[in-house]
Amino acid sequence: MVDTNGEVISRGRAKREGMGFTSPDQDRVRTKIQVENLSLFYGNSQALKNVNVSIADREITALIGPSGCGKSSFLRCLNRMNDLIPDTRVEGDIKLDGESIFKKNVDVVALRRRVGMVFQQPNPFPKSIFDNVAYGPRLHRLCSKSELADHVERSLRQAALWDEVKDKLRSSALELSGGQQQRLCIARALAVQPEVLLMDEPCSALDPISTFRIEELMLELKQQYTLVIVTHNMYQASRVAKFTGFFLNGELVEFGLTRDIFERPKDPRTDDYVRGRFG
Amino acid sequence: MNAKLRERLAFALLALVTVLVIVPVAFVLLILLIRGLPAISWEFLTQEPRSGMTEGGIFPAIVGTFYLVVGTVIVALPLGIGGAVYMTEYARPGKALRLIRLAIVNLAGVPSVVYGLFGLGLFVIFLKFGTSLISGCLTLGVLVVPIVITATEEALRAVPQSFREASASLGASKWQTVSRVVLPTALPGILTGTILAISRAAGETAPILFTCAAFYLSRLPHSIFDPILALPYHLYGLATQATNAPDTIKYGTALVLIALVFGTNITAIVLRLKARRTKRW
Amino acid sequence: MSERPSIRRTFESQLQALEQNLLRLGSMVEEMLDGAITALVNQDVALANRVIARDDEADQLDLDIEIECMNLLALQQPMSRDLRLIGTVLRATTDLERIGDYSVDIAKVAIRLSGTPYFKPLVDIPRMAQLAKKMVHDTLRAFVDRDLAAVQRICTTDDDQVDAMNSRLFDELLAAMQTRPEVVVQAAYFLLVTRFLERVADHCTNIAERIFYMETGELVELA
Repeated sequence: MVDTNGEVISRGRAKREGMGFTSPDQDRVRTKIQVENLSLFYGNSQALKNVNVSIADREITALIGPSGCGKSSFLRCLNRMNDLIPDTRVEGDIKLDGESIFKKNVDVVALRRRVGMVFQQPNPFPKSIFDNVAYGPRLHRLCSKSELADHVERSLRQAALWDEVKDKLRSSALELSGGQQQRLCIARALAVQPEVLLMDEPCSALDPISTFRIEELMLELKQQYTLVIVTHNMYQASRVAKFTGFFLNGELVEFGLTRDIFERPKDPRTDDYVRGRFG
Repeated sequence: MNAKLRERLAFALLALVTVLVIVPVAFVLLILLIRGLPAISWEFLTQEPRSGMTEGGIFPAIVGTFYLVVGTVIVALPLGIGGAVYMTEYARPGKALRLIRLAIVNLAGVPSVVYGLFGLGLFVIFLKFGTSLISGCLTLGVLVVPIVITATEEALRAVPQSFREASASLGASKWQTVSRVVLPTALPGILTGTILAISRAAGETAPILFTCAAFYLSRLPHSIFDPILALPYHLYGLATQATNAPDTIKYGTALVLIALVFGTNITAIVLRLKARRTKRW
Repeated sequence: MSERPSIRRTFESQLQALEQNLLRLGSMVEEMLDGAITALVNQDVALANRVIARDDEADQLDLDIEIECMNLLALQQPMSRDLRLIGTVLRATTDLERIGDYSVDIAKVAIRLSGTPYFKPLVDIPRMAQLAKKMVHDTLRAFVDRDLAAVQRICTTDDDQVDAMNSRLFDELLAAMQTRPEVVVQAAYFLLVTRFLERVADHCTNIAERIFYMETGELVELA
């Protein structure tokens, strides 16, 4: 190869110019939830040890790790669902949009409206499809009776379920397939117009096709909502999440861009886990 | 003896036992039908007893039993369901709760005549309600409450925890979750409790003996403070004191009582089946 | 690679086999390069033909390595350093196969020039070839040892040396062609050989950069 000075140089030296790969690390991300020194105790045993993390606004953050590592417990802290379990204690702080969720005057009901949840096993109420989705709006009186039908339709459309159920809204939700039930639960959660959606292993009870559908749905939803998903399937994390955190024995071992966690993790424990070397 | 033979033998034994259980019941029903059916007529069901119960009908007793059952349900259901809801959904698990449950189980085993005396002492005498419908309903209510509580508790416990979690995650308060999700889902089980309560209330004799039933009344009760005629006691009276009353009247009365109990049971079972179909999970 | 007992023993052994195959290919092309230069210096046609015949074997091994890499990617969902290893091997096998091809090209030049004695004894070309050969050897060594210091050296000092020699030889041969027109044919072929050797050095730097990526996770230009 001849360079611009007429000199013979190695091709290896010739820079690739004009093919700028800009690094998305430059993206500025806003923090939606700030977790500071969070520790969780079930009675005397400590489930979470000093977790510090920033959950980015309108992105998908995935939490991976082996069973019993605390990732589900962590998720349940974010909407204070752990309050329902007796004898739990929390230390540290969680801030939603800068405001602590543990302050004395915080209305937990309002918090759970802003931070919704979808569970591992689809759990629609034994009511009609319509009543399931309308449950939240009716509870909080979000809209008038005449607007309710539209509201339910919007939520079902957002959950990519409308076309399949529009002709049988009054039939029982339990007649739907597993994947459909899970999308119904997503629609139900979206109906209260949350800002954050927490998903605890949402696809683990589903077949691969339903799983992919819901992953596609997640990618659509993140344009409007902040998503935090717990998954024991790290390939799911790699497919959908921008940020990934690795939990082990109650500790957040490593957190960062998903592609860094899976391609070049910093902590050897993370490295072992993603490579399937559990020792 | 090989496995297949053992299988057949077990099946035959169990079938036999089942038949043996049904046979006495069928026998009783058969006798009642044969001896009592001739007495059943429109007059029998709508007229008052006359001539020392040797003639006429049992209308007042039917009415009295009906009022009694309704009143008992009004007393027992709110108390029973409320208590069960409190114990299942609100109370903190611990020694106190276990003691309460133990007490309820024991209450269910108390002989009904004891309840009768209890009712006599508290409602009839102490609170001065006298022998009246309200004393009867309150007494029977207390008798039947443990049944309602136990059945309701079981029904509530059978509601999956995941429903409560889902409701809470949508921002519902505890009461909203209970009233909008848990109770409606537990409805079939609660109805079961109601059925059992009704059956007990309709068929009890001893408690009403002391608290509300009269041997003979000239007219229907006008208020809840009036005494009533009730089928079980009426039957007792017919059997022991109105000895010159024709047998058909006695068997006829028994038949009506059984029919009432069966009828209520079947209605409630049908309702329960219907509720279960829509709420199956 | 993790030395602790591992759940993925089969996968581990597959990765080891993959590395071994890459090193086999590396030895093969090292020998081919050595043979080609010797054939050129000694004008040994038989040796040159043997080098050319060996290329089929090298091509087949390259193909096998590539197929195995794709299989592992499809079936084992490798992550982190396993993924980087397979990615490195996939690129390195191509680079090594190209080095084999250049060896064949040099052998063909040897055959082409075998009839006539050289217009001057070959001194610099063998020296340049020595450097290139050493680079190939050092790169393979660095792969085995995961030696990042060696990688740096290969991409800077060694490559610079080869470039410098290439420049000098270019000027010399150009001057020779201008002053003595009768040696144009030989000189032109010698120019080709220097170019082949320079390309061999380049491919070595490519492999070295991938070794750096394999170890650190950073994919950067080092040369």
